[in-house]
Amino acid sequence: MAKPKLALYWASSCGGCEIAVLDTELKVLEIADFFDIVFWPCATDFKYDDVRAMKDGEITLTLFNGAIRNSENYELAKLLRQKSVVLCAFGSCAADGCIPGLANFTTAEEILRYVYEDSPSTVNPEKIRPQTEYAVPEGVLSIPHFWNTVRNLSQVVDVDYIMPGCPPQPDQIKLVVDAVIDILKNGKPLPPKGTVLGADERACCDECPRKKDVKTIKKFVRPHEIIPDPEICLLEQGILCMGPATRGGCGAKCVNAGVPCRGCYGPPANVRDQGAKMASAIAGVLDADDPSEIDAIIAGIPDMMGTFYRFSLPHSTLRRKQVRA
Amino acid sequence: MGMVTIRIDGKPIEVEEESYILQAAQTLAIDIPTLCWYRYINPYAACRLCMVEITDKRGRVRMVTSCNFPAEAGLGVRTHTPRVLATRRMNFEMLASRCAPAPVLVDLGKKLGIENPRWGWGEDTCILCGLCVRVCDEVVGAQAIGFAARGTSRTVTTPFEVDSEACILCGACAAVCPTGHIRMEECSGREIVHREITLGPNAAISVPFRQAVPNAPRIDPEYCVHFRTGGCKVCAQVCPMECIDHEDEERREEIEVGAVILATGFQDLDPTPLKQYGYGKLPNVITSMEFERMNSAAGSTDGKILMEGGQEPRSIAILHCIGSRDEKHHPYCSRVCCMYALKFAHLVKEKTTAEVYQLYIDLRSFGKGYEEFFQRILTEGVNLIRGKGAEVVPAPQSRRDEGPLLVRCEDTLAGRFREIPVDMVILCTALEAQQDAKETGRKFGVSVGADGWFIERHPKLGPVSTTTDGIFLAGACQGPKDIPDAVAQGGAAAAQAMSLMIRGEVEMDAACAVVDEALCSGCRLCNELCPYGAISFDIEKTLSLVNAALCKACGTCAAGCPSGAIKGLHFTDQQIYAEIEGILS
Amino acid sequence: MSFEPRLVGFLCNWCSYTGADLAGTARMKYPPNMRVIRVMCSGRVDPNFILEALAHGADGVLVLGCHPGDCHYAEGNYKCRKRLPITKRLVEGMGIEPQRVRLEWVSASEASRFSEVVTEFTEQIRVLGPLKLEDWTFDRAAADAQLEHN
Repeated sequence: MAKPKLALYWASSCGGCEIAVLDTELKVLEIADFFDIVFWPCATDFKYDDVRAMKDGEITLTLFNGAIRNSENYELAKLLRQKSVVLCAFGSCAADGCIPGLANFTTAEEILRYVYEDSPSTVNPEKIRPQTEYAVPEGVLSIPHFWNTVRNLSQVVDVDYIMPGCPPQPDQIKLVVDAVIDILKNGKPLPPKGTVLGADERACCDECPRKKDVKTIKKFVRPHEIIPDPEICLLEQGILCMGPATRGGCGAKCVNAGVPCRGCYGPPANVRDQGAKMASAIAGVLDADDPSEIDAIIAGIPDMMGTFYRFSLPHSTLRRKQVRA
Repeated sequence: MGMVTIRIDGKPIEVEEESYILQAAQTLAIDIPTLCWYRYINPYAACRLCMVEITDKRGRVRMVTSCNFPAEAGLGVRTHTPRVLATRRMNFEMLASRCAPAPVLVDLGKKLGIENPRWGWGEDTCILCGLCVRVCDEVVGAQAIGFAARGTSRTVTTPFEVDSEACILCGACAAVCPTGHIRMEECSGREIVHREITLGPNAAISVPFRQAVPNAPRIDPEYCVHFRTGGCKVCAQVCPMECIDHEDEERREEIEVGAVILATGFQDLDPTPLKQYGYGKLPNVITSMEFERMNSAAGSTDGKILMEGGQEPRSIAILHCIGSRDEKHHPYCSRVCCMYALKFAHLVKEKTTAEVYQLYIDLRSFGKGYEEFFQRILTEGVNLIRGKGAEVVPAPQSRRDEGPLLVRCEDTLAGRFREIPVDMVILCTALEAQQDAKETGRKFGVSVGADGWFIERHPKLGPVSTTTDGIFLAGACQGPKDIPDAVAQGGAAAAQAMSLMIRGEVEMDAACAVVDEALCSGCRLCNELCPYGAISFDIEKTLSLVNAALCKACGTCAAGCPSGAIKGLHFTDQQIYAEIEGILS
Repeated sequence: MSFEPRLVGFLCNWCSYTGADLAGTARMKYPPNMRVIRVMCSGRVDPNFILEALAHGADGVLVLGCHPGDCHYAEGNYKCRKRLPITKRLVEGMGIEPQRVRLEWVSASEASRFSEVVTEFTEQIRVLGPLKLEDWTFDRAAADAQLEHN
């Protein structure tokens, strides 16, 4: 029997997810052995046309990481969707938009202007910007269109499974790979569509070893402003830890290292908007009744929007900032 | 000890063997004079006035002191034979020759037929009966005083005749002293416990006030001799019903109940901060509660309406709405003041000849019979002035003889400013919620309104119950109300509590919050959110859990749960999202 | 055609929802622009609901709760009072005028206040104009057209 075919693709991403796959150590060999890797631009030399040449549904599984930032990302998302039986949004960018998604706090125009005109290291007196199409004698050259709004994978194509994390933790990847191999080898049923793989149902606090007590917050501080007690919940110490509103599964790596959770595993199962949920949760326990006092505490949250939506802005309820010209 | 029968003056009486003759005689109401006998102290036979003649079982006839001669079977006692009387007279005259004519001695002398003792009267007010020494030793247990010296120089004193630290100043010695030789005086700068001197502590055991419920005395351990020396317990000996238990003490009990009726009442507004009325500064400016107390037959003036100096006032102003219907204090109407103010006017008219001025905003004589009472007051010559009392000041010199207090107000019916000199001002102070109502409310899961009154479940349909099942309200803790209303609400609360108890189970609203244990991460952000304390943290499972019996389904926790683990049944996130999408589609 | 704001109102069951009923039975007039969602307490109002309403086409969101101290559940309205400011900051952070979200206290007896608040809020949103969420939905046709073109 032919080996099942595996594709890995990176759209708008940093490459960390690819490294995470390699970080599964010997499991990579098992993957390479069990699957026929048909497409992995980061690791091996394949052409888009190789994929285009495949039959629909020829690829058994595609692990798609990266957000949809430009027309090329979209094209590949569509292509891989068409060619794959199972398409998995792999990593926080594909799942929720992640760091590239923070661009949704601004516009494509602003980004282009900064990069090609305003950045201190740029010298571009003619204000020349890249054109998506440029006619040369040999024909028309084109580059992808830069979108105004970053999307997550599920907003542009149909996604079967989601594996969150920035990046998904290698241990979780191993477990998922084992499960996939088990399913394929032994003909087991697939989990229901839309299942989140390699992560917990509960929030990050479930894995956090710190001691948790009843919470009231008088003031928010940044981690460098205090020496946090290593045993006690960071939120109780005034450090805005996103753990309560973040899906667990990472093993609470950040909080174990003394750093507050950033929220990379995205919102927990029942939460639509990670930032709004966190806002609601912490606002409820503010130790103030006077409206001006409440306002002062909230104003003390460092980079509130960036903190609440660091990993999930494109997949949040409002998806992007409305920037009026 | 067995019972024996003795005969006193021919009358048989059955007494305990070895009990004393004097007591048996007292039981038979046979009068035997004595100066050194006291019921709760062992007999001492010092005064020798209780002499009686006995015939013992062997037929011997003797003179003995009846106070300490034990009864034996077949004993015959004669208390008034010529020989007995002669002996008593002789003993009395010898006592009189040494002692000053204290009233008790003079009276006793008269009884014995001696107006002028043959050797005259002596000078010592102490008759050396020893009651004081014995009471201090046997009853009080302080042993602070004793006899000193012998013979003619024998005295009662403290050791070395200096103020004794052993004395607890209980006054028992002075109380038992028949001649008044011992007086309680301020000594050693220490507090005197018993100012009115009688045996047994009068301040240490008493009924707090006449209408106290339960109407029973209680012991104040700070003053009770027993709690100071371990002795006394005279009260326990006196009590025929054996009600007094010195070992009983205050204790906290945990009682499991299925229903609670809150009837914590109101507190009176303290008018001191309302400086314009001069309460606490000007004499004879009193609150309505103080006036009530004065009117009580059990009160400080035995029900008489008197000013500070003790004289009857010639005129009284009653100022309504002090602190109520006042935006600076309480916006609400205290509801009871109009009617009790009218009652005050009636009482004043009944008890004194004083002129009464009522200064009111509106007279609210709602309720059965109230308007009729108001109409009756109108016929009693009460001055009704529509206008709130503005201030009370000392009257100027020129008007002082009309009354030392000047009440200023605007008579809104006459349309003019008025100054009324009066002797006394009664402030109808607002009914306020108890200071700790908020705390009490939190304890019982009952909401407290802006004014501090407990909030009922529904102003019309649930005026007795609260949002917490099994907690009911009665009386003024829910809002100002008069006695009939409070009684009615109390009855209703009791009935509702009873119906709950009889059913034995509580019906709960299907709407409540539930924690999805598969989703709860145990972050504990919800723990403090619940105003009803329905959320608890399970340390073993490291989960927060909602107690459905306590939950009132407000949904605050569901909104605040950062991982969406708390579901507000009937108002779930999914339902509300669907509503949002539905109404906006 | 003039702009008719679409408003969502989260009304506490015990105060403003009853107040709205009273306004109705008292035949008081107020604009029909607000669509009401009943919640048991303003403390139930999750910022998520407000964002969801704005995302789904509401031009403004009004949250009505019991006056401070009058909450049926002791302190739910205080929780709401803590959550609303942060929600407004979130909304502002998303580039939406924070005035589109408002919290007011309306008791069960304040029918006239209810109608005043709704009227006033409707007028305020009318002045602000419609909330048009730029790029909220994914324009598949446009994205596909880009691919064709390349």
